[in-house]
Amino acid sequence: MRGTVIIVGALGLAMAAAIAPVAEDFGVHAVDGRRSGYTYAAAETRAMQDDEFANPGYIWVEKGAELWQRTGGESGQACASCHQAAADSMRGVGARYPVFAPELGKLINLEQRINQCRSERMNAAPWPWESESLLAMTTYVRHQSRGMPVSPVVDGPAAPFFAAGKTLYHTRRGQLDMACIHCHEMNSGNMLRAQRLSQGMSNGFPTYRLKWQTMGSLHRRIIGCDKDVRAETFAAGADAYVNLELYLAWRARGLPVETPAVRN
Amino acid sequence: MDKPRVKVPQKVKAGEPFEVKVLISHTMESGQRTDEATGQKIPRMIINSFTCKLDGEVVFSATLHPAVSANPYLAFYVVADKSGELEFVWVDDSGDTATATRTIEVT
Repeated sequence: MRGTVIIVGALGLAMAAAIAPVAEDFGVHAVDGRRSGYTYAAAETRAMQDDEFANPGYIWVEKGAELWQRTGGESGQACASCHQAAADSMRGVGARYPVFAPELGKLINLEQRINQCRSERMNAAPWPWESESLLAMTTYVRHQSRGMPVSPVVDGPAAPFFAAGKTLYHTRRGQLDMACIHCHEMNSGNMLRAQRLSQGMSNGFPTYRLKWQTMGSLHRRIIGCDKDVRAETFAAGADAYVNLELYLAWRARGLPVETPAVRN
Repeated sequence: MDKPRVKVPQKVKAGEPFEVKVLISHTMESGQRTDEATGQKIPRMIINSFTCKLDGEVVFSATLHPAVSANPYLAFYVVADKSGELEFVWVDDSGDTATATRTIEVT
C-alpha cells in the first residue's frame, strides 16, 4: 500500500512537471516577454512559414518583385527607376514604418507611402487597399527587412499620434465592450473558442492567413478584430488605424520582421 | 494562371527517389460559397488536375477536388534512370493551363 502511494506520488510529480509552464526558448521570436505570433502558431504552420518554398506568401513577394520593375502611369517610371535595387534601398524601411510624414502632418504607413509614390511621382492611379498589387508591393518592400528588429520612432512629431494609437488600444469598443488589451495582453495564451490568443504582434504583416487563404494587410486583420467585438470598423487606411499601427509596432519592438508570416 | 513555383534538384542519382515540390497561385473557388452582394452561388473554379511527365511519360498525376485550399502545394517523389526533362501541367475548370519544365541530370 505504501509502495502504491509512492508510485502515485511520483506519477503526480511527473505530470505536474509536464503541465507546469516551462520557460520555452523561442529564440529570436521573443524579446523580453514579447512574443511573436509565430510562437503561438502550430508546428505545421511554423514549418510552412520557415520553408521559403512552401510559404505561399512568397507568391506575393515574387509578384512584388515583378511590379517593382514595371513602369506605370504617365511618367513611364517604375519603382526601380528611382529606388534601384530594393534589396539595398528598401532594407530597414519595413522595420520602422509607419512614420511621421511632415508634408501631410500625420503618420503614413507603408501602403500609403507606396500609393503616394504612385500618384505623385509616377502619375499612376493608386492601388486600391487590399488589391493584389498593393499587397504584393507592400509584402515585397517589407520582406527586404526580414529578420531586422521592428524599430519604430514614437517620439518627436510622431508622439501625439503614438498617444492616440495607445488610447485606441486601451479603449473599450463595440457591443462586447472590449479593448485590444483585454484579449492580447490580459488573456494572451488563453483560448478564445478554438483559437489561442496571441499577443497581437504586428511583425509578420502582411501575413498569409490560412483562414483567408490569401495574403492580408494589418488593417484587414484589425477590422476582423473590430468585427469580433461588434464594433463599428474604421475604413482600411483610416488615420485611427495608422496611429494604432504605430502603437502595435512599438509593442512589437525588437521582434524580427517576419513578412511574409503564415498564421492560422 | 500565374507562373508556378517548382523545386527540383538539378542533379539526381539514377534509381534514387528525389523530392519534387510545386506550388501555384490559384483561388480554388469551391463552388459552395455565396456572393453576399447578389445572393448568387459563386461558380466553381478550381485546378482539377495536375500531371508530371518525365520525357513524355506520366510519373505522377493528381485529381484535385473542391476541398483543396487556395494556392495548392504538392510534394512527391520521382525516380529517374536517365537525364531528361520534367514537364508539369496544371489544368483548371475553365480549361486554362499552366506549365513548367525542368531539366534533370542523372548521374
